[in-house]
Amino acid sequence: MNAIDIQADTRSDLAIAMRGVTKIFGEKPQEALALLQSGRSKAEVQAETNHVVGLDNVSLDIARGQIFVVMGLSGSGKSTLIRHVNRLIEPTAGEIVVNGTDVLKMSLDELRIYRRTQVAMVFQKFGLLPHRSVIDNVAYGLEVRGVGRQERLTEAAKWIETVGLAGYEQSQPRQLSGGQQQRVGLARALALDTDIILMDEAFSALDPLIRSGMQDQLIDLQKSLGKTILFITHDFDEALKIGDRIAVLKDGAVQQEGKPEDIVLRPANEHIEEFVREVNKARAIHVRSIMEKGEHELCEQAVSKDARCEDVLPLFAEHQWVGVVDESGHQIGRVTAKQVIKALARYTPGVG
Amino acid sequence: MFPELIDTRPLRRAIDDGLNWVVRNWGDEFEAAAYPLLMLLKAIEDLLIATPWWLIMAILVGIAWLATRNWKLPVVVLVSLLFLGMMDLWKDAMTTMALMIAATITAIVISIPVGVWMSRSLTVRNVITPVLDLMQTLPSFVYLIPTVMIFGPGKIPALIATIVYAAPPLVRLTDLGLRSVDPAVMEASRAFGTNPRQRLLGVQIPLALPTILAGINQTTMMALAMVVIASMIGAGGLGYQVLQGIGRLEVSRGLFAGLGIVVLAIIFDRITQSFGKQLQGRIGLAEARS
Repeated sequence: MNAIDIQADTRSDLAIAMRGVTKIFGEKPQEALALLQSGRSKAEVQAETNHVVGLDNVSLDIARGQIFVVMGLSGSGKSTLIRHVNRLIEPTAGEIVVNGTDVLKMSLDELRIYRRTQVAMVFQKFGLLPHRSVIDNVAYGLEVRGVGRQERLTEAAKWIETVGLAGYEQSQPRQLSGGQQQRVGLARALALDTDIILMDEAFSALDPLIRSGMQDQLIDLQKSLGKTILFITHDFDEALKIGDRIAVLKDGAVQQEGKPEDIVLRPANEHIEEFVREVNKARAIHVRSIMEKGEHELCEQAVSKDARCEDVLPLFAEHQWVGVVDESGHQIGRVTAKQVIKALARYTPGVG
Repeated sequence: MFPELIDTRPLRRAIDDGLNWVVRNWGDEFEAAAYPLLMLLKAIEDLLIATPWWLIMAILVGIAWLATRNWKLPVVVLVSLLFLGMMDLWKDAMTTMALMIAATITAIVISIPVGVWMSRSLTVRNVITPVLDLMQTLPSFVYLIPTVMIFGPGKIPALIATIVYAAPPLVRLTDLGLRSVDPAVMEASRAFGTNPRQRLLGVQIPLALPTILAGINQTTMMALAMVVIASMIGAGGLGYQVLQGIGRLEVSRGLFAGLGIVVLAIIFDRITQSFGKQLQGRIGLAEARS
């Protein structure tokens, strides 16, 4: 009894908790599930039963107020995973607890209320209603929830302004560019004011420059609103840029889960190492994660604790040590060029 | 010759006797059941005939302008209507138009719910599709005779025969339109916690409307295609003029009345098509479908 209570308690401070979630697509998923649980691989299960394993025993803890990124190549099951959180897809096995409530135990009516009030979603292909104006699209979620016309339009107008689309209220979605359409999609999700926002490859269809701008905006919004954002992407650079934590998915199974630095500095296997090799590590790694912590003599030059390796590199031309300071300007550690070089060097198992 | 494996005579006799029994015992009930249809048709016909010709012209030309925002179609409609008037076909044209409108309205009321039902269930679709095929391919005389036997000659069997022939394309296109709504939009709607009714009325039907309108266009055309056959059992109108022309070997009478049907077809075809295009443009499907 006690153990269960404690378990429930630890979960209630999590926004989303997934436990052993497995999804098998096909006619008789239970048979394939038994095979999978007996230790067969995804490929073997598919060969024997013609069932596709979408997710394989996925467990994730997503704390409140962070951007949690699930990264994987196409076919890794990442889009399947995010659709389990609002039960657009039903799992074959496992448990999904959101804000302390078991999503899988909800009745259809409860599920609808849950979708209306607790999780909003942004889609790769936008999913805007082509026959409605921008403001009516943004107000859509509130309309479904039953909010009166005047109130929902006021609310929608506010969010349209927040995402930088003021003046486009009466436009039709097709008159907007891809980036603008996705801002509408984002405003539509934000207008619901849910604690959790699911973003399924939300920026993947956008041009690189626009994508970068949207990423910055998302980080700003998250900082000011404190939402929990579950973000799906196939782009490792994007994951490193916006993620507070990252889970790497392959063949429906979680390969590694941790802070961006953990993954860059200590890739768990060859698959992740391949991704890491391609990224700009100088941009990915925070100096605070490699610095020499503690009280040292004050350095002549210092950077903030949010600085990345690329920010300190120019300073080494003049200085042996560069300090790292916290928000109040207090020095919390220092780095030297050697440490940075070590972090940026290609990861080779057994060396360093 | 194919060998006679079974004797079909008892089966045929059973069907004939069954129909006779229905006519004898249930004829009045059937007639009473179809009475609202007759009322609808009569009301429309009386209204069209009582309305002055210039007002009808003004209304149709106005609708044509609303549908296209262009002077071309209104001119075509005006010339067509002047042709009907000058050829002394106005009253018959109104009778035929009334039959067509009544058949189309009834077809819409029946077909759209059936189409919605079909789009949601594969089983229903598998059952209804062959029925629709049957309705469209079975020679109309085959069901015209039993309908006349049950309802008696007159406007009701004519209307029912027209509906049977004209409704299937609307059912099919409603089903098609609803099923071809972008799945990404449907999923987004589901993710926001909509119930099936909200999805149907708020997303599916508005997005399927151009396709449904194409179905209504087909229905009006097929209803006009039935007018000659319908006039054989008492529908009157332009079809009756064609029939008389054939019967009396008056080629001119048949030709003018026949052209009158064509003119009506052109008017309603162009108007419904233009509304469809306008709607597609508004939803933003015009580029995608052209």
